[in-house]
Amino acid sequence: MSVKSVDKDLDALTLTLVAEFSATTEQVWELWANPRKLEQWWGPPTYPATVVEHDLTPGGEVTYYMTGPEGDQHHAWWRFIAVNEPKSLEFVDGFADADGNPVDTMPTNTTTVTFSPYDGGTRMELRSVFDTTEQMEKLISMGMDEGLTLSVGQMDALLAS
Amino acid sequence: MHALSDSTRRDIVRRCLVSEASVSRLAEQYPMSFAAVQKHVAVLEQAGLVTKERSGREQLVRTDVEAVRRARTAIDQLEAVWRARVDRMTDLLNEPKGDTHEREER
Repeated sequence: MSVKSVDKDLDALTLTLVAEFSATTEQVWELWANPRKLEQWWGPPTYPATVVEHDLTPGGEVTYYMTGPEGDQHHAWWRFIAVNEPKSLEFVDGFADADGNPVDTMPTNTTTVTFSPYDGGTRMELRSVFDTTEQMEKLISMGMDEGLTLSVGQMDALLAS
Repeated sequence: MHALSDSTRRDIVRRCLVSEASVSRLAEQYPMSFAAVQKHVAVLEQAGLVTKERSGREQLVRTDVEAVRRARTAIDQLEAVWRARVDRMTDLLNEPKGDTHEREER
């Protein structure tokens, strides 16, 4: 398992996760910087993400949508606050309407990710801060909870092979 | 500084779970100004974890047990979402190294 630790601060509605990968910092950065790679891990296989715009610069935006099993599309966006290749990035994310335009009334959350060389691999620390419980619930309702079922399914498939 | 803030908020949530407390009563408990405590309460109120009710000249703070439970469920699910993402990132990073049984799935 590459997740090393998870800290859940309920009062600050903050999730902090540390993961380690046996890959270089540049390779891990590439997973975020390359839209074709990003869409392969952001959404679960049942809700794949399609990245439309991807501008990894401070102030730049990523727009994307996730397609559900019924063909339903859920649009969302990121806006980068800080980009320090290949060490760290910080972005705000929120929801968008069907045309991909940000919905101002919808809650946003802020995620900070840092990458550092560690023991021949890379350590990624992710910190996701929410303002309200509704924000978290909304994100989860966007088909993301599928991730849990599927990752267990994928694990079973791996164990069986 | 951040950790201290977090532990203060955690303490406020715990205290107001047992019984409601006024902001001024809470302020007596911590080595910080009334305004600072008020700010922590405001953050918790914004997060929906506590409610504030005016009673005469006092503001009574009470922890919303149901909201705390909901927040816990949500943050647990979010953890699952990120664990699944890290799994997929790991798979992607391993792919070019020619892990054959993982490639068969594609």
